[in-house]
Amino acid sequence: MNVVVCVKQIPDPADPGALEEDHTLKRDGKLILDESDSYGVEMALQLADAAGGGDVTLVSMAPNNETSGLRTALAMGAAKAVLVSDDALSGAGALDTAKVLAAAIKRVEGADLILAATESSDGYTGTVPEQIAAVLDLPSVTFAKHVEVADGTVKVQRQTESGFDECEAPLPALVSVTAGVVEPRYPSFKGIMAAKSKPVDQVTVADLGLDPSAVGWAGAGQEIVDVSPAPERQAGEVIEDEGDAHQKIVEFLDGLKVL
Amino acid sequence: MADYTPPLRDIRFVLEHLAGLDDLAKLEPFGHADAASVFGVLAEFGRLMSEVWAPTNAVGDAEGSRHEGDEVRTPAGFREAYRHYVAGGWPAVPFDVDYQGGGFPWVVGIAMQEMLNSANMALAMAPLLTQGAIDAIAFHGDEAQKETFLRPMVTGAWSGTMNLTEPDAGSDVGALRTRAVRQDDGTYRITGQKVFITFGEHDLTEQIVHLVLARTPEAPPGTKGISCFIVPKYLVEEDGSLGDRNDVHVVSIEHKMGIRASPTCVLAFGERGDGGARGEGAVGYLIGEEHAGMRYMFTMMNNARLGVGVEGLGLAERAYQQAVAYASERVQGRAPGASPGESSTIIDHPDVRRMLLTMKAFTEAMRAMCYVQAAQIDVAKHHPDEAAATEARELVELLTPIVKSWCTDLAETVTSIGIQVHGGVGYVEETGAAQHYRDAKITQIYEGTNGIQAMDLVGRKLPLRGGAVVRDQISRMRATVAELGGGDPEGDGEGDLAVIGARLAEAVSTLEAATGWMFEHGVADPVEALSVATPYQRLFATTVGGWLMGRSALAARAALDGGSVDGSERSFFEAKVVTARFFAERLLPEVHGLVGPVMAGGRGLFALTPAQLAR
Ligand SMILES: Cc1cc2nc3c(=O)[nH]c(=O)nc-3n(C[C@H](O)[C@H](O)[C@H](O)COP(=O)(O)OP(=O)(O)OC[C@H]3O[C@@H](n4cnc5c(N)ncnc54)[C@H](O)[C@@H]3O)c2cc1C
Ligand SMILES: Cc1cc2nc3c(=O)[nH]c(=O)nc-3n(C[C@H](O)[C@H](O)[C@H](O)COP(=O)(O)OP(=O)(O)OC[C@H]3O[C@@H](n4cnc5c(N)ncnc54)[C@H](O)[C@@H]3O)c2cc1C
Repeated sequence: MNVVVCVKQIPDPADPGALEEDHTLKRDGKLILDESDSYGVEMALQLADAAGGGDVTLVSMAPNNETSGLRTALAMGAAKAVLVSDDALSGAGALDTAKVLAAAIKRVEGADLILAATESSDGYTGTVPEQIAAVLDLPSVTFAKHVEVADGTVKVQRQTESGFDECEAPLPALVSVTAGVVEPRYPSFKGIMAAKSKPVDQVTVADLGLDPSAVGWAGAGQEIVDVSPAPERQAGEVIEDEGDAHQKIVEFLDGLKVL
Repeated sequence: MADYTPPLRDIRFVLEHLAGLDDLAKLEPFGHADAASVFGVLAEFGRLMSEVWAPTNAVGDAEGSRHEGDEVRTPAGFREAYRHYVAGGWPAVPFDVDYQGGGFPWVVGIAMQEMLNSANMALAMAPLLTQGAIDAIAFHGDEAQKETFLRPMVTGAWSGTMNLTEPDAGSDVGALRTRAVRQDDGTYRITGQKVFITFGEHDLTEQIVHLVLARTPEAPPGTKGISCFIVPKYLVEEDGSLGDRNDVHVVSIEHKMGIRASPTCVLAFGERGDGGARGEGAVGYLIGEEHAGMRYMFTMMNNARLGVGVEGLGLAERAYQQAVAYASERVQGRAPGASPGESSTIIDHPDVRRMLLTMKAFTEAMRAMCYVQAAQIDVAKHHPDEAAATEARELVELLTPIVKSWCTDLAETVTSIGIQVHGGVGYVEETGAAQHYRDAKITQIYEGTNGIQAMDLVGRKLPLRGGAVVRDQISRMRATVAELGGGDPEGDGEGDLAVIGARLAEAVSTLEAATGWMFEHGVADPVEALSVATPYQRLFATTVGGWLMGRSALAARAALDGGSVDGSERSFFEAKVVTARFFAERLLPEVHGLVGPVMAGGRGLFALTPAQLAR
């Protein structure tokens, strides 16, 4: 079974750098594999294994032909990658990203299943996977916490607030997985060395048959007007136990309307 | 705060600019070890260390290893951490490809060792001792021994130990008494007791390969009568599988000041007498020739001693990270410049700054020294040009006692300052700062106490090639002085490089004077040299540290002047120059205070009788 995983390469959250003039994140330094996507990569590797074979292919859109994050995923065991890198893409919004990734996915022959993360760690609009599915006209299942493939169908346990739903979709399909559902393997020394020579198909927007003047800032149809820091977290409320702490806690939770 | 962030940026700097990684990649066996691969490998390895190993450090200290019957149990999480390390193929990285190794330069293995030690030094001792045993077998074992033992040891599936010490044979290895008797089948039976054997018994691997120094019945006394044996915990069958249990057993483990999770074992060889048909004693296989054991130990010594220096480096780095983090959070007092009524974080107090910069500068100098030493080991082993290889070999010989003693003495200093930065809570175990200090102390003692290192420096290393090896090193340092002096565009002697160059020039002159004194008086009367070997060693080492910091400053300056560095890169290089200048102005001048203690010679050391010393 062949699985495609969308992997975003993002600035290292430990050293996030700054915003550009146009309020977008500076992405000119080294980019790493988004941790959110490491779960998709691990799941893809496990599914291919369970199916008794098949390739895991990565698909990514990132500036400056950046491959550092892809190499990590290749070192984990993915077989190859498609990387879309093009100056025309600067300023791309979620929909653009989805169109580009969808076109890139089409380059991968015989993809049975496409995995993405529920949301990325830097942009976290959580909208790209569904839009890819729409562009490709594929069934889409979100918030997957468990995925199984058998007889041309993908069975998914879909996380909900109260538990999980059991969903099924015919292949090919797109599934977005939540963080923490599998334990991503650490790349091994051999894996890292082997990743050096795994193929990365580097393509431009034109290669994908898309119009460069319709993507990026040109195609976003939007503008980031202002960015302001998230409000500081308020200090928590400290409850001293004078025998009635349990009551106070109940009152507090009641106030939050969670009880 | 138990966090550990691998200092990948500084590691890269030292590898690129001081250790000459690019040149190493040009050597025959290292073609695949280009910079991109090396840094990719180190980044992923660092992640494993910080995510999986580092969290086990405090737990290991609190729990310690436990001796139960014939077994030793390592603390919670250790087996898992070790399993990850082996599953990733990491132990093999710097070893020979012929034995499943990754064929990477030794210096890359040393960078990994630094991270292992920062993450969990007690656990890191398992691979460290295994490496010693691998070296012994790889250098001196026969083909059959290599076939049987090397592969599983290189992959980390089996571990190794080094059995030198006995109750009456510590610094004086030649006094050991463990017996080895040759059998008709060519194997030996080993009987005796070893003490202080690191990871002599544990639950990380299915097999433990003991390297044991012992004496055959007709052996001459002292170091000339020592032979070296392989004594596996389980005998190995023809097909490589594990067979009968050998008669080597753990008697007890020590309760220690630090590295509590590293089991330090008393091992009994042949005491149970349950060898059965094989006869009394543990089955041992001779490595190389009889009575050559000590010679073999010498060939491994440079690696082993560097490994202990790197333990010091690893601990210093972790203590430093913890201290900076704490100093950025702890609010106390009002720092100069803060408005009245305002409280400051302690990182804004000048004396705390001094402490943190001292930790940073020492740690970076240690890193430079360890990596440069390791790179020279690579060059000595693999450089096609005989002259280049010889030069490297000589430098390695000279610097071995310096790296070992300085990096471990400084580990004690840096981890102690780490506690100081924390104030009272640093003295409280919960904080974790004290553990690094307790862990550091042993590094000054084992693998040849630092006093023994000093004797090695003055007794064996100064006389190398009639003193020319030391003189070559002094010339190297003078060349750096010249380069630094040339780096003063204003010509007023006030630029960073000029100041660093001036301080280094003074230090080198002081070292030259002290070395002259050692040659003059030490040759005439060795007692004079032995009496002052330790302050001389410190003087020498600190000057070498200053030299490497000077080279760091030059490299950083060149990178800055090369243009197109900005953001975090620029700030990294700028910090490098500042740190080097701090070292040159505030740490390096220590050498001038050591001239007096050196030139005092042996005078007065024996003026008191032992009775007078005893009060
Ligand atoms: C400050 C800021 C504000 C922004 N505001 C907006 C905005 O208002 N509207 C808007 O449309 N865009 C906005 N963007 C841009 C948006 O973050 C990016 O356009 C991005 O492509 C959308 O992806 P996401 O990270 O939100 O993806 P998500 O939908 O959160 O990503 C889910 C998953 O989709 C896959 N995926 C997403 N991107 C890629 C990729 N490049 N390569 C491979 N796989 C990928 C991954 O599996 C990922 O985990 C903003 C960006 C910044 C920095
Ligand atoms: C935690 C731990 C782990 C260890 N692991 C191992 C191991 O795996 N394998 C192993 O074989 N050993 C191991 N050792 C033993 C260690 O190498 C010895 O303790 C060390 O070599 C010192 O020997 P000693 O303890 O007998 O001290 P001594 O030799 O008794 O030294 C006491 C003091 O006298 C000084 N001294 C001794 N001789 C001289 C001299 N000739 N001139 C000047 N000064 C001298 C020393 O510098 C020291 O200060 C370990 C020890 C510890 C504590």
